[in-house]
Amino acid sequence: MVFDLAFIWAGLIAFAVLTYVVLDGFDLGIGILFPFGKSERDRDLMMNSVAPVWDGNETWLVLGGGGLFAVFPLAYAIVMPALYMPITLMLLALVFRGVSFEYRWRTERKGLWDVTFFGGSFVAAFCQGVALGALVQGIEIDGRAYAGGWFDWLTPFSVLTGLAVVVGYALLGATWLVLKTEGDLRMAMRGHAWWLGAATLVVIGIVSILTPFQDPIYFERWFNLPGSLWSMIVPVLMVFLAWSFFTGLNDQSDLRPFLSALGFFVVSFIGIGISFFPMMVPPSLTIWQAAAPDSSLAFALVGAVILIPIIVAYTAYAYWVFRGKMDPSEGYHS
Amino acid sequence: MLDGFSAEMLARIQFALTVSFHIIFPAFSIGLASYLAVLNGLWMRTRDETYLTLFNYWKKIFAVAFGMGVVSGIVMSYQFGTNWSVFSDRAGPVVGPLMAYEVLSAFFLEAGFLGIMLFGRERVGEKLHMFATAMVAFGTLMSATWILSVNSWMQTPAGFSINDVGQFVPEDWWQIVFNPSFPHRLAHMVLAAFLTTALVVGAVGAVHLLRDKTDKEARRMFSMAMWMAVIVTPIQIFAGHEHGLNTFEHQPVKIMAMEGHYESHTEGWAPLYLFGVPHDAEQQLDYALGIPGLGNLIFEKPLDTPVMGLDTIPDDEQPPVGIVFWSFRIMVGLGFAMLGLGVWSAWARWRGSLYDAPWLHRASILMGPTGFVAVLAGWITTEVGRQPYTVYGFLRTSDSLAPVDAPAVAASLLAFIIVYFAVFGAGTVYILRMMNKPPATPKLGLRDGPIRTAGITPAPQVDPDLIPGE
Repeated sequence: MVFDLAFIWAGLIAFAVLTYVVLDGFDLGIGILFPFGKSERDRDLMMNSVAPVWDGNETWLVLGGGGLFAVFPLAYAIVMPALYMPITLMLLALVFRGVSFEYRWRTERKGLWDVTFFGGSFVAAFCQGVALGALVQGIEIDGRAYAGGWFDWLTPFSVLTGLAVVVGYALLGATWLVLKTEGDLRMAMRGHAWWLGAATLVVIGIVSILTPFQDPIYFERWFNLPGSLWSMIVPVLMVFLAWSFFTGLNDQSDLRPFLSALGFFVVSFIGIGISFFPMMVPPSLTIWQAAAPDSSLAFALVGAVILIPIIVAYTAYAYWVFRGKMDPSEGYHS
Repeated sequence: MLDGFSAEMLARIQFALTVSFHIIFPAFSIGLASYLAVLNGLWMRTRDETYLTLFNYWKKIFAVAFGMGVVSGIVMSYQFGTNWSVFSDRAGPVVGPLMAYEVLSAFFLEAGFLGIMLFGRERVGEKLHMFATAMVAFGTLMSATWILSVNSWMQTPAGFSINDVGQFVPEDWWQIVFNPSFPHRLAHMVLAAFLTTALVVGAVGAVHLLRDKTDKEARRMFSMAMWMAVIVTPIQIFAGHEHGLNTFEHQPVKIMAMEGHYESHTEGWAPLYLFGVPHDAEQQLDYALGIPGLGNLIFEKPLDTPVMGLDTIPDDEQPPVGIVFWSFRIMVGLGFAMLGLGVWSAWARWRGSLYDAPWLHRASILMGPTGFVAVLAGWITTEVGRQPYTVYGFLRTSDSLAPVDAPAVAASLLAFIIVYFAVFGAGTVYILRMMNKPPATPKLGLRDGPIRTAGITPAPQVDPDLIPGE
């Protein structure tokens, strides 16, 4: 392992992707849960709870994609054609979902944009999960290009990871609403959080058991020292988070279920990182092979080092002052 | 229905479609953000309520347009990889970091301050609100700067070497960012954005003036827009001309296509063709109507200087002349129509009948969307004119393509066509509906008020009374 520019950038890209999942996961989850909003008022509240933050959150997706292009152009050039269908579908779904925030308030046919909001969120989440699954499976490379067909991504495993992300994001959405709302809506979402939490843990469990069999390297990493130490720690952390999640729900805590659910994602992400490293695109492209020349990495790093902390600080501040329950009468579209 | 097309052609159409839709929103939001900053500044200085009303009117329209720009922009950042992966691999080390800077500095700047601009006036105070408004305008300009640097580098590449796997490796970032065509392209595009916005504002003002010529806000915005038309159009024509000279120097083949010069004029006295029907197969311009010698003068060459034509260029190095020839003429024609509108308005203003000139107002409405058409035509000229290269002279378009099968590209292209027309069509209808209401209307939408389209601003929560949960 070398602590060089490529390594730093791999860390930054991983950070951007994790930040994206943590931030946009719950607001996509709100969309996935839209059919569970019983009344129009409930749905208004649900949407308004993320209206101020959704597009700042999605900017991290642009940073993930743009960052990959900038510093790992070869990985970008291989992964995008390999995941052509899920990526294209995700983008189209995000278009529908994004404009629903605005359009919904500009027409009497609100129902139409309710459906697009739900459908867009669901499909975007599913495609992200599929993309992840396809990446874990490994991508066939010939020379400097993707060598597979345009349906290689579609396997039972990738469908499973797609559903896992949908369920997980819905859980994040439900716990976010437990945190942000009061009364009936909160009670309903707390009810959904129970089964969504259980379902998320089950699918994470299944995916975790299947992952080591996707590639012998993963198997070795998890079941031989020193990697097997991790395979002890990660499940233990998960059990702790699960305990924290369910007791949090039981204790009527506002914040604990949401943070624990985020923890599920962070720990899973670390687990994926352990499987992947030092590969950028499993099974054969390493971080160093995929990296752009140092002159590109250094130039981009200057901007990243200055701006990412500012962005993180600003985002944290925004969430801090935005904390607490929503006031239904102060709807952002009222 | 797309059976006859190659994967390359489908991918090109797809990129053209998504980028054409996308450029419409920045072209509008770059200009409108600056207009909002001006309106807000004037309101703070003069305390004339008209400016405040106009600010609040246009900011709501801005929010919807910005939202569409965000979602169509996300698509762009992935299109390079999905359809043009070889380009991404090769040119990524140079254009990738520039685009990362665009995302980092501009996108976040806009997203960060937009919320304060839209909702924060009462919450953060007038001064901070003015600062935020100015930052949004600055952010849109930064965005334009970086992305035009990328595009210009693809047109006039500089400051790089090529490594053993065929990647463009940055050698001198200063030369890359400030490549030869960048300053001209930036000036031309930013002015185009200002002009496009002015024409839209003028058309909206004209609509309301035709209904009620005493409408204060309509008068004010129409007057401001017409000042822009008369002042900025000549500057833009000059900037365009300078841009053309720069292209003549660095991409002469593009100029040959724009001018329809299939034939060389070795004795000089090259004509400037006003009309003609280009035929690439026969390499000739049919029904040509040209003014002899003007082809020399327009490029500031003495009349007897030889002017080379496409007959000196191999066929596989030529762009498709028909598209470039016509898109260029559409752009220039609209530019002069804009100048005409500006002069007409100046005449009406001098006569004191600016607000009482129904035909001028009708003409302004007609000219309302022409800024967008001219922007698209201009981009088509420069992008199609760059063909058959993606990185001019170094990487061919046909060598830039992703290894994706034609049916996959066709399927996604159809999906993009359907979704874009539906989604952005609906958005345009909503924007037109808002524009159709007089500026003094308190509620533009069905359930209006603060629109939180974007921005992670803390502004609405700064007032402690508004945090009931604490």
